[in-house]
Formats: sequence, C-alpha cells, structure tokens
Amino acid sequence: MRTLLLAGTALLTLAGTAIPASAQVSDNVIRIGVLNDRSGIYADLAGEGSAIAARMAAEEFGNKVAGAPVEIVVADHQNKADIAASKAREWVDTGGVDVIADVPNSAAALAVQGITKDKKRIFLMSGPGATALSGAQCSPYGFQWTYDNYAMAAGTGRALYEQGKKKWFFVTADYAFGQSLEEETTKMVKSLGGTIVGSVRHPLGTSDFSSFLLQAQGSGADVIGLANAGGDTVNAVKQAAEFGITQAGQSLAGLLMFITDVHALGLQSAQGLMFTEGFYWDMDDQTREWSKKFEAKAGKKPTMVQAGVYSAVKHYLKAVEAAKTDDADKVAAKMRELPVEDMFAKKGKVAANGRMFHDMYLAQVKTPAESKGAWDYYKIVKTIPADTAFMDPKQSGCPLVK
Amino acid sequence: MVSLLGIPPQVLFGQLLLGLINGSFYALLSLGLAVIFGMLNVINFAHGALYMVGAFVAWLLLTYAGIGYWGALVVAPIVVGLLGIALEKTMLSRLYKLDHLYGLLLTFGLALILEGAFRHQYGVSGQPYPIPAALQGGQNLGFMFLPNYRGWVIVASLVICFGTWFAIERTKLGAYLRAATENPTLVQAFGINVPVMVSLTYGFGVALAGLAGVLAAPIYQVSPLMGTNLIIIVFAVVVIGGMGSILGAIVTGLGLGLLEGLTKVFYPEASNIVVFVVMAIVLLIKPAGLFGRER
Repeated sequence: MRTLLLAGTALLTLAGTAIPASAQVSDNVIRIGVLNDRSGIYADLAGEGSAIAARMAAEEFGNKVAGAPVEIVVADHQNKADIAASKAREWVDTGGVDVIADVPNSAAALAVQGITKDKKRIFLMSGPGATALSGAQCSPYGFQWTYDNYAMAAGTGRALYEQGKKKWFFVTADYAFGQSLEEETTKMVKSLGGTIVGSVRHPLGTSDFSSFLLQAQGSGADVIGLANAGGDTVNAVKQAAEFGITQAGQSLAGLLMFITDVHALGLQSAQGLMFTEGFYWDMDDQTREWSKKFEAKAGKKPTMVQAGVYSAVKHYLKAVEAAKTDDADKVAAKMRELPVEDMFAKKGKVAANGRMFHDMYLAQVKTPAESKGAWDYYKIVKTIPADTAFMDPKQSGCPLVK
Repeated sequence: MVSLLGIPPQVLFGQLLLGLINGSFYALLSLGLAVIFGMLNVINFAHGALYMVGAFVAWLLLTYAGIGYWGALVVAPIVVGLLGIALEKTMLSRLYKLDHLYGLLLTFGLALILEGAFRHQYGVSGQPYPIPAALQGGQNLGFMFLPNYRGWVIVASLVICFGTWFAIERTKLGAYLRAATENPTLVQAFGINVPVMVSLTYGFGVALAGLAGVLAAPIYQVSPLMGTNLIIIVFAVVVIGGMGSILGAIVTGLGLGLLEGLTKVFYPEASNIVVFVVMAIVLLIKPAGLFGRER
C-alpha cells in the first residue's frame, strides 16, 4: 500500500514537472464563454462582434496564457434570464468554462452574476448597464467594464442641464435595465435641481412608439429621455422625427445609444442627438488601428460593448499570466491590482466593487453634411474624466466596499 | 377642461387615432391571412416573414435600383405575390389533402428560413427608409400633430381592405372563389381551373402582406425581425374575428388597434397583452370568433 502511494506521488510530481506552467490552470484550458444576444435586438451591438473581440484579445496572447491554451465558446441567451442562467450553469458545471463575458441585458446579467458568485467564476460584464451589478448585487468575481446606467445618466443629464433643459419625461423599457436607467437619471436630474414631469413604461421590443411619444409631447417636458436600448431606441428616435417632436423644441436624449443604432437610423434622423459613449473608433491611432482590424473580421465598426469585451478579456488574461493560475480569487485580486491599459481604456483601474473606472465621452451625432462617409458619425463634445464618470464605490451599496 | 378618468380629451383623441393607424396594419395583414385561410384552409405562418420581405424589397429597390416609394408600392407586392405563388406551386399545394398542421409547420419553417437569411445578410438593427417627399410633414389637428404619412396609411389600408371585401363577397370572381372552397370538384366540372385560382389567391393574400410591408417601411425600421413582432398579434386578430371571415378580420383589426391605443394611455405595461386577453375571453364565449361560423 505504501509503495503504491509513493509511486502515485512520484507520478503526480512527474506530471507536475512535465507541464509546470499550466499546473495551476484547472483542466489545463482557459475557457472563456461569450454569452449574449446573438439573434434578437441586441445582436448587432454585442452578438458575434463580441465573440470576435474576445478572440482578438486571445490572439494577442498567441491563444495561450500561463502555458494553457485559451478557448472561446459562444452561446445565445435570447434576452431571457432563465436561458442565460441555465447556460451559465451548464458551462460552469460541465463545460469547464472559467470566465463568462459580455451578457447584455441586465436581467440576464443579474441571473449570471448570482451563479458566478456561488461557483467562483470570473464574470466580465460589458453589455449590461444595471448599476446593481456593481452595487447591491456586486460579486468579488464580477467586473462591470464598459458602462453603467449611472455613467449614462450622469453624463447626458449634466450636459443637458447645462443647456438649460430641466424638465424630463421618460420613455422607459419595462424591465430591470430600463427601470434602473430611469432611476439613475431621475436621481441625477433631481440632484441638479431639475424635475421629472412624467414617465411611461413600454414592453421590450415595441415597434410603435407614437402613443408614448404623444404622451411625452403633451407633458410639457424639455427633454424626453429614452431609457431603452437597441431596436427600441432606434424606432423611438425615428418616430419622434416623424411626429415633429424635436422641431417643436423638445430635446430627445438617448440614454443608451450605440454606434450601430446611429448607423441603422441614418444621420438624417439621428443628427444632433447627444449621449454618453464609452468608446468611439475614431479617437486616436490605437482605436483606429484596432477598429480597422475588427472591421475586417466583422464587417462593421465596433460598438463600445464589443470594444469593452476585448479590453476585459485582455485584462483577465493579463491577470492570469501575472498570477500564474486561473484560481478565481487570485485572478480577481490581480485584476484589481493591475492597471487597465489598452486601446479602450487609458489608465483604467478596477475598484473594490468590480467597477472599472475609465474615461467616458459625451458624443453628438454629426449632420449628414459634417460626416465624411460611413461610420463617421460622432463629434466628441467632451471627455468625462473617469473619477466623475462613474459612481463613487462607497455610494454604490456594494458590501465589498469598506 | 373636461377630462375623462384623468386623461385630457386631446390626449384621448390622439391615442384613438394612433390606435386606428396600428389597427390599419393589423387589418391589412389579418385580411391576407383570412383570405388564405378562408379559401385555401392554410394557416399561413409565413405571413409575417412575407410582410418583412415586402419592406425589404422596397428598401432594396431604393438602394440598388433607385426606385422610390411609389414604384415600390406597385413592384414589391408583385414580387412578394410571385414568391408566394412559387411557394404554393412547389410546396404548399402538396399538403392540401393533409391536416392543417402540416401547412402550419411548412409555413412556419419557411418563415424561419426567410428571417434567418435576411438576418444573416443585413443584421438585426434594420435599415433606414425615408418617408416619400410628397408625404413628409404633417397636419396640426388641434388635439395632435398627425404626420401626413400616417394619414395616408389609414386611407390606403381602408381602401384596400374594403376593396378586397367587395371583390370576394360581391363580385362574380369572388363567387367562383367561394364556390371553389365549398366544392372544388363541382366548380372544376363547370370548366374553372381551380388549382390556378387557388395559387392566385395565395399570391394575392401574401401580396397584401408585401404591400403592408411597404406601407410600414417608412414608419418602422426595415428589419428582419419586424414580421415576428407583428405576426402573433395578427393571428390573435384573425382568431378573434373568426378564422376565414374577411369582414371579421377588417373590423377586429381596427377595433383591436383602438383598444391597444387606449391601453397605452391607461396602463401601458399591458399594451402587448391586451389583445391576447381579449382573445382568451372571445374563445371562451364564442369559440368560432366574433364573425366566424361554426363548422
């Protein structure tokens, strides 16, 4: 019996020395699962583009970190929290997935956050905006990377307030994300001294907004805040133009807009819109170069969500390399310790609540005359410095912040 | 100012008018479905996808051929109609002898294929389609601002709906059609080519969907998902109106549009389920639908 044990130990030691670098990597593979909407209304702003971005990050490491190969797997959560939860569970329990990335749709992300917290897996959120993800529902393993509803609300709310627009009416998507976005903007507007004159909740995936816009028009508000995303925002903006809402003097504020939305609307309908962005391809040489590579693979310029997936995956891989293990606790600590430095985030840092702090931008859509061609859509009106762009972690309500 | 349940009358009129506009789309789409079911006994699940194809044909014509809205209004329904006839001739016609379920499955599969193909090619965000120059701007009606284009949609769809109803219920051709549904063998014995008539009917029904697609293109994004959003409601409309009843489809379409408009004022969160609540109630009380006959 003793010889058997000894032999076993010797064998194990041998095996250990044979592949020393990956000895600390569970099942010898770093598997990154990109979970998002691949067919519904958020498929263009995340979708396959996010998977491409994740692969681009892995390729920069030669698809190998700490001696273990990096593998990217993808799945469609169809914007349903239950499908997202069961896919995440399947990936973690039987698929050997170490990291889940992206997950737009806050309802889906909240479900996945619960699972990754229990099972100790890193969760890199680029798509979801609910502030609860780095607030009351924060996790030691969850990182909210690209934007959040607070940042969107604060950036756009302040900019419009400075233009003297103080009375708001909300057209809100009726689920976790929209409600959270409305709540954050309401807080911001009220703290600046503005008022909320009304709001209306619409179901996700509404095609006709005329009724809601008419209510907004009749409310006497200065600003109609669109607390929705993707196809919903696009339809609302288009129909607002049809009903002459902006011509009549009310401003439209897309509280969460992506470059793909502007592309879908066309500059004719979208011109003049002002909103907060986390990323624009045409900012400097680095962003232009990366976006060109991305466009060659995806056929379009990246959204901030896709660029954020790249940045988050890259930072994760950097942390694994530095920690020489994929142990979630150690990697999460390394991720908080290392500065985030890439084409997406300059001098970014991860706070205790999992929020990644980086500069945000106030963008305004160009007029058709100003634009030089496809994807030349934004004027960056101002840069919102990282420390004022996001909520102070101490106020986030996250129990991890002491 | 008088107000009704806390809602000023201007807002209420405005919402009713908007409801009527949406109702026109429901009516136009459910009319095509009712014609197809009434004459062919096929539950055409591809209707929403063909509506989407109609909108895309309009967009493709504008983008690649420079043909504008008015041209598309003629060409797109013809293209969709021909596509429908091709589908009917090659696939659907083989299933008439079988249970309804097979037609339903076939058309559902076709819908998925069409939508998937367009999604693959054009993405989900959709393509912009401008409102034709002649219909830009709008009228101030005192209680609301009515874009000219929406006014045009109501007029156009009412004309088409009642034209179709008249053609089927009041003309000789319509009489042949109705007779062919009742007893195809006998009608064929009188020297009428029933299979050709059936193909044309299917073509006409889906051409109506294509036409609705063109009408919708300037209002909504031309997107592969636009049909899916609408088709379920349209089916509910047909079920409430009575499967195969043409007048039922028109009246119910407009009526439910109004009801939905009102819901958006009083309890917007419920606006996408109110139609189904009505459907459940109607099915409980009058299983054949409001205008349907018991078979």
